[in-house]
Amino acid sequence: MNRVVVVGAGPAGMAAARAAAATGVEVVLVDSAQGLGGQYHRRAPESLGGNEIPPIPGVRHLAATTVWALEPVPGGHRLHLRTGPADAPGRQATVLDTAALVLATGAYDRALPFPGWDLPGVFTAGAAQALAKGQKVAVGSRVLLAGTGPFLLPVAESLIGVGARVLGVLEANIPVGGWLRDPLALLAGRAKAAELARYVTMLARHRVPFRPRTTVIAAHGTDRVTEVTTARLTADWRVRPGSERRVPVDAVCVGFGFTPQLELAVAAGCRLAGEFVEVNEAQATSVAGVFAAGEITGIGGADLSEAEGVLAGLAAARLLGGQGETPRRAIAAVRAGRRFAAALDRAHPVRAGWQSWLAEDTLICRCEEVDYGALCRAVRDRDAIGVRSLKLVSRVGLGACQGRTCGRNAADLVGGLDPAGLARRPIAAPVRLGELATTPVHPNERDTS
Amino acid sequence: MVVSVAYSDVVVVGAGVVGAACAEALSAAGSTVTVLDRGAPASGTTAAGEGNILVSDKGPGAELELARASRSRWPELLAELREELGPALADVEWEPKGGVVVATSAESAAPLAEFAAAQRAVGVDARQVTPAEAAELEPHLTPRVVTAVHYPEDAQLQPVLAATTLLAAVRHRGGQVRAGVAALGVERGANGAVSGVRTSEGVLPCGAVVNACGPWAGAFAEAAGAPIAVLPRRGMVLVTGPLPKTVWHKVYDADYVGAVTSGEAGVQTSTVIESTGAGTVLIGSSRQLVGLDETMRVEVLRELARKAVALFPVLAGVPVLRAYGGFRPYAPDHLPVIGADPRLPGLWHATGHEGAGIGLAAATGRLIAELVTGRPTHVDAEPFRVDRPGVLL
Amino acid sequence: MRVRVDGQEKSALPGQTVAGVLLAGGRVSWRTTRNGDRPRGVFCGIGVCFDCLVVVNGVPDVRACQRVVADGDEIRTQLGAELPGSAS
Repeated sequence: MNRVVVVGAGPAGMAAARAAAATGVEVVLVDSAQGLGGQYHRRAPESLGGNEIPPIPGVRHLAATTVWALEPVPGGHRLHLRTGPADAPGRQATVLDTAALVLATGAYDRALPFPGWDLPGVFTAGAAQALAKGQKVAVGSRVLLAGTGPFLLPVAESLIGVGARVLGVLEANIPVGGWLRDPLALLAGRAKAAELARYVTMLARHRVPFRPRTTVIAAHGTDRVTEVTTARLTADWRVRPGSERRVPVDAVCVGFGFTPQLELAVAAGCRLAGEFVEVNEAQATSVAGVFAAGEITGIGGADLSEAEGVLAGLAAARLLGGQGETPRRAIAAVRAGRRFAAALDRAHPVRAGWQSWLAEDTLICRCEEVDYGALCRAVRDRDAIGVRSLKLVSRVGLGACQGRTCGRNAADLVGGLDPAGLARRPIAAPVRLGELATTPVHPNERDTS
Repeated sequence: MVVSVAYSDVVVVGAGVVGAACAEALSAAGSTVTVLDRGAPASGTTAAGEGNILVSDKGPGAELELARASRSRWPELLAELREELGPALADVEWEPKGGVVVATSAESAAPLAEFAAAQRAVGVDARQVTPAEAAELEPHLTPRVVTAVHYPEDAQLQPVLAATTLLAAVRHRGGQVRAGVAALGVERGANGAVSGVRTSEGVLPCGAVVNACGPWAGAFAEAAGAPIAVLPRRGMVLVTGPLPKTVWHKVYDADYVGAVTSGEAGVQTSTVIESTGAGTVLIGSSRQLVGLDETMRVEVLRELARKAVALFPVLAGVPVLRAYGGFRPYAPDHLPVIGADPRLPGLWHATGHEGAGIGLAAATGRLIAELVTGRPTHVDAEPFRVDRPGVLL
Repeated sequence: MRVRVDGQEKSALPGQTVAGVLLAGGRVSWRTTRNGDRPRGVFCGIGVCFDCLVVVNGVPDVRACQRVVADGDEIRTQLGAELPGSAS
């Protein structure tokens, strides 16, 4: 119990673990990947020319370890872990109790549905990025990027880096840089401005066109994508009639902002603010002994995540008697980063017009193959307007991903669904039934023996 | 929002499967009906149910009689609704698949055989089968079967579809279903009888109110000034990923019966395993007296998993995708509470069905309609009366 | 390292994921859906969407983007919903 446990080894989690360890308390950092870094600092394995992030001094790193459940216990929380090859049966089971938990589980790309988005060759921007950085693989040779937000730019760079030809970056909102005109964001965004300028130069050097108010509204092909339809959008993201163009591609990558990975926070009972975890100035959640940092508290980039991680790690350590100086730089960085995040959010909203891209037979839920027509019928004919009833009537969100991909979109289409209800996944990652049936090792007892 | 002040003969509070069945039967009997739910229809206990329509788990007695009446009513009712609403809206994934109760030890074999014999004596189709016959019924079943009983009458449906189909029929007949409207209490007329329901959107005038609030029925009864002893009991269900057809019947171990009728606190699990129309396998169900605490307990899930793997070893390698919990309403004597509240004319209760509400809903709805409209009842309503010992508070 | 993909021997490097091996070999799909029988491969690439499921060593429902290959792995296309060949 007397240890800081950090879940997620991205920028926020690594910073939290480092800050907590610096105070001298015991720190355990849990992540499902083999190496440190998370999605942002993802490295290729050595065999592919990558180099690993060095271990953090004083931190016990549990690699290849999934937290599949979290439950309250007297004085703190118990994490149920599985260590071993992903989705293999018979991974090692342990439980880990902690009075000071830091959740830094991050976020993943939001993909909006459009006709043909279920064809192989349609990826999220994050997939292209992960495969390029982590596996040195290009998802295609003629690739179009579409979505909204500055994250599309580093993805373009990564794709070019692994030899793909990027046919264009389609931004559904106003041109990138709009957020830099926001005076408050400008204060926060000087470093960001330099970063942006570098990307603009990169795109120009590789002759990658950047098209504002444009997106991909359909993908075509029989067994894989061979063409997409792009279109210019109105301010509300409806298609400008006559602006449709067919473009031959072998891959298209989409990203419309990010969805926080909330299941552990919801399992702990943390209050949400909108769709993110609510935290105070010390990154404490509404639940005693649980802190949150990084993109589960809001989308603001790696610098903000790291600064939040420092605060969360220190606050968690202090709870266990750890001593550390007030991290003034991190406090200032969080303040500035949040201004930037708010500006980013204002500049790159998801506009309701995306719903007009859908056809009756466009899949909303990819896992259960529930189309838009079926979702509408569930609401119209059976009044399925609650999270549970909507799922059980239409089967939307009941498949393997448990609504991680379709939940937000279904919520927008139906309206009025509770975000915490959508993120309620008491089994936070799949386990095999036979694994669940076995009794875990309790390292707490081992430690004290 | 326009507040409807139109008079309803009956206001049903709670749009779960029991409330929906009461509203359907009342509207079929000619009453004008309004159904209220503080949340979305079919989103509480109904959405956490497995869809069991069982006769196999009940020993001779009043509940078995209600279960048998309900078992014969469901297919009849669904056929009527298919006529009225069309096949798509009347589809509830009805599967008269039968149940198989399995004993894997000598200790549980004898009580199971005895239980089945008692059921047979009152007319339940309960066929004792050999391990070899059980293996034919369920090819993936553990070879450790000592004896088994096949109950061809056991059936299954998808509870949320069932409730929403019933509510669609109510609307089709001119009734109203109002989601997001909380019932806060009742109004009494000069004669002391119910004259309306106080809601979050004003008073709805009515002649009668049916308390079908499930685990929250005790709270509504208290708000109405006529408290009853109906409490929540927690149940958990595990759901696997989709599989090819692996489990053909509702299969459960012989200690299920003990858990259903037990009043002990703490956790009890007994395994009920069944596949769904979508290909997933449901593994239920635990019973835990925890009040309205939503916290999931891993130890409960582990126990369910252990028993499922023991019955179907092939499931060991299957991923568990989700677990869901729900609250089931129970009365101290574990019988449903169906009938008039003697303290408040015009208040009726239809609750306390515990884990059997889906199965018992069809007969419960019919019984309430008969009682409210003063017609002869199709089953003996006496054992479920509200003023029996221990229910009135 | 050597692995087999749908019966064909392939070479792989330590640290490669199943998806990395398959995509590098030009495959974009290795699963079919159970209702529409449609091809699927990687979508989110970070373990969230469960679209890239594949059978590894007789065990279905393995996320290809998350599973790091081991020498001798037997990888094959997953056809709809499959029951594990063996629980071990």
